[in-house]
Amino acid sequence: MPIKLLGVVASGVLEAAGDYESIATVTVGSGGASSVEFTSIPSTFTHLQVRAFPKGNRTIAGENAFMSFNSDTTYTNYRTHTLFGNGASVIAQTDQSVGDNGIYVYSFQGNGGDSTADMFGAGVIDILDYANTNKYKTTRSLAGYATNGTAGLIGLTSGLWLSTSAITSIKFVPTVGTSWLQYSHFALYGIKSA
Amino acid sequence: MPTTYEPIATTTLSTATASVTFSSISGTYTDLVVVINGLYSGTTYGKFTFNSDTTASNYSYTRMLGYSGGVLSDRSGGTDGISLGSTRGTWIAHIQNYANSTTYKTVLARENAAGTGVGAYVYLWRNTAAITSVTFTGVSGNFDSTTTFTLYGIKAA
Repeated sequence: MPIKLLGVVASGVLEAAGDYESIATVTVGSGGASSVEFTSIPSTFTHLQVRAFPKGNRTIAGENAFMSFNSDTTYTNYRTHTLFGNGASVIAQTDQSVGDNGIYVYSFQGNGGDSTADMFGAGVIDILDYANTNKYKTTRSLAGYATNGTAGLIGLTSGLWLSTSAITSIKFVPTVGTSWLQYSHFALYGIKSA
Repeated sequence: MPTTYEPIATTTLSTATASVTFSSISGTYTDLVVVINGLYSGTTYGKFTFNSDTTASNYSYTRMLGYSGGVLSDRSGGTDGISLGSTRGTWIAHIQNYANSTTYKTVLARENAAGTGVGAYVYLWRNTAAITSVTFTGVSGNFDSTTTFTLYGIKAA
C-alpha cells in the first residue's frame, strides 16, 4: 500500500518559523509501503531537503530508489549521473532507461534480507529551486548503506527533471523491490532564503 | 516558535587534544549532524565511537576517495571504532535516526581535505541503543588547536 502524506496538513508546523523547517515525515508501519509520497508541498521555500533512513524488501545487497516529481514517471524526463563506491572500486555511470520512473538515487536503501535491525540505508537529498517555473529542476544526493564489512555502497548522485513546473509532490519507490519495510523513515524539510 | 535545525554543542580546541566527546545527547531530535573543521596531526586517521562502545566488531564502513593518485573504494569491518579519514579540512556527518532503539545506526559523511583529497563515507554501528554520546579520538596523533567540533540536531514533523 502506498503512503501519501499531505505536506502542510500533516506537518502541524504551520506556525513554525526559521530558515529550515520540517514539512512532513513518514515512518513506514508494519505492513510496509509500496511507495512513499509527499504531496501538496507548498512553494514558500527556496530549496527542499529529504533526509531518509530507508530499507526495501529486496533480499540482496545493493538497492536503490526512483524519485519522481508531480506523478511524472516518463523516463525521458529524467537524467541521473552517479559516482559510487562499492568497497572495491569507484564507478561512474548515467541512467536513462525505459522503466526508470524518476531520478535514480543510488545506494539508497539497505538489504531487506537482513534482520529487522540491520542494514538500513541513509540518504540526504537536496532539491534546488524546486518552486521555480522558469528552469528545469536539479537534485543532488549523498546516500549509502554499510554492513559489517562484507558489503556496502556509498554514492553521490546528480539528478535532473526536465520540467519547468514547480514541484508539488515527491514520490519514492524501490527500483527493484516492491515495498519499503517497517521503520523506514522519510522526512521532508524546506529551506528558506532571505 | 519551534526551531528545526538547532546547534546542540560546540567545542573549539585551545590546545592539541587527543579526544573530544559530546555527551548527554538528548533524544528529542530525529537526526544529528556533526561538523568538524580543522586539522588532525596524526599520520593515520581519527575515529569516532558511540556510547563509549569500543567493541571492534560493532563498527564498519564503506567509502570512496579521490586523491592525487586517483580514486579508490574500500571497506572495513571489525575495526575499533570508525575511521574518520584525514580530518585536515572539513568533515560533515549525518547520523540518521540516532535515537531510535529498534535499528542499527547508519551514518553518512563527506570529507573535504584540500591538501589530500575528498571522500564520501557510509558507516554502520551494529547496536540498537539510542546514541547518547559521540567520541572523536585521534589514533596516531591529536586534533590540532583551533579545530572546531559542532553538533546539531534536526527535528522532523
